[in-house]
Amino acid sequence: MSETGPPRGRFSSTLIIMVIVALALSIAAFFFAADAYGNQDPIQGSYFMMIGIMGLTLLTYLMFQTRRKTLRMPIQLPRVATTILCQKCGFKNIREFQRGDYILKEGEECPKCNEQMIIASIYREVKEKKGEKELS
Amino acid sequence: MVWLLFIVATFIYGQSIQRILMLREVQGSLFRLKFMRDTGRKTAISTLKELGGQEADPTSRVDRFLEYIAIPPVDLDPSGVIWRLEHVLDVRDVRFKDEVKLMAPGVDETQTNNMENMLEAALALNIIYKVIRHFFVLGKKTKSLYIIMQLQMLLPLIMREAEAFSNALQAFKDGQPIGDGAGALVAAKLMHGHKTRKIAKDIVMAKVPIEGRTAYVLKAEGPGGNVGKPGEAIKQIIEENKGKIATAIIVDAAQKLEGEKPGEVAEGVGVAIGGPQVEKYKVEETVRKYKIPVNIVLIKEDIGDAVSSLRREIFEAADAVIDRIKRLILERTKEGDAIIIAGIGNTIGIGQ
Repeated sequence: MSETGPPRGRFSSTLIIMVIVALALSIAAFFFAADAYGNQDPIQGSYFMMIGIMGLTLLTYLMFQTRRKTLRMPIQLPRVATTILCQKCGFKNIREFQRGDYILKEGEECPKCNEQMIIASIYREVKEKKGEKELS
Repeated sequence: MVWLLFIVATFIYGQSIQRILMLREVQGSLFRLKFMRDTGRKTAISTLKELGGQEADPTSRVDRFLEYIAIPPVDLDPSGVIWRLEHVLDVRDVRFKDEVKLMAPGVDETQTNNMENMLEAALALNIIYKVIRHFFVLGKKTKSLYIIMQLQMLLPLIMREAEAFSNALQAFKDGQPIGDGAGALVAAKLMHGHKTRKIAKDIVMAKVPIEGRTAYVLKAEGPGGNVGKPGEAIKQIIEENKGKIATAIIVDAAQKLEGEKPGEVAEGVGVAIGGPQVEKYKVEETVRKYKIPVNIVLIKEDIGDAVSSLRREIFEAADAVIDRIKRLILERTKEGDAIIIAGIGNTIGIGQ
């Protein structure tokens, strides 16, 4: 079960202007680069090409820097399991947590030996991320 | 030429660009905090409506609760500050419980405690959101890069804490055991099947024979969300036994360092009782008076685990802690001695 995050904020007008300027300059640089290559001037062409790539990199950075954080963190509701145990015969029943469950609560009768069972555990399983596991 | 101008402009307005980018980042987190705060508020209202089953809408009371402030006592003259702080905390606790009873009349003690915990988590989310918003607006108004920079640097840690409180809401709503209850879980396992009696506010105690010694095992009264007054209880047991206690063993959850595994067990000495230090002070004073050694067994977990539903590793650590307690008893006490075993922490979702 998970809930989605808040609606993401729109870009500010200053940022949009910066992105448009960087995009326009990059396109212009690519146009000049193509023109220079056409005129058999590979050195100038390479300069313009480099400037164009720098511009594109800058605007990509601007876009991602501002959006990245909000895209990440959805609220995850963990799955919690309740284990009901018969202390006499060891019969176990694992089910999803229900409101009103608590550890050491006396539960229903054991289907095998009719002894009163107790809630032996309530916990959630967490899958560790690969990097965390390697370091610990 | 245009490119040259662009590069010069970047040099001149570099700090402003950086400020805009940082503000955008903080704003993103602020949206997220607002979402968490609103979800907390909605969860509190819907749960109170569901449990209270009343016609009246608890919304206005919840909104009032979310703005609740408790002012700590003056510490310019530190003499007696602990008792004054205890009084403020007691009044706060009674006021919170009364508020819950007014919002959802007819709910039992367990549900009242759980609801109180849930509202406190919602209150914490509201405070975090408001403080971050304050510095965000202040940074924007003053255009101070340094205010914004500090905020942006601290945000990952603040967000982790807010996420933890957000997850805690669900646990408190449903009455699930949480990581902070690891100490209470150990005590519950030790006292299960033995006669219990109430010894201090919200604290139960059972006399349990362990390895030929008499252990006074205590924990907060469950299964409602409670921490009780364990310091008061330890003090009372020591005084009832006229100080003839061979050792006190305190079991509690402790904040782990990054890289440590959750559920790792550590031992030591000292009084491991968290919170506003009132209970810790009472134990320190009493054990010093009677020269009683205090041992601690700690279960490591991070802030997220402490207030979220109990994770498997922490649950399983309880058995390892019991083994350590038995070993400690054998090593540090003689047969026939009286000892205290205190399971500290919020006992939500844990009976006895």
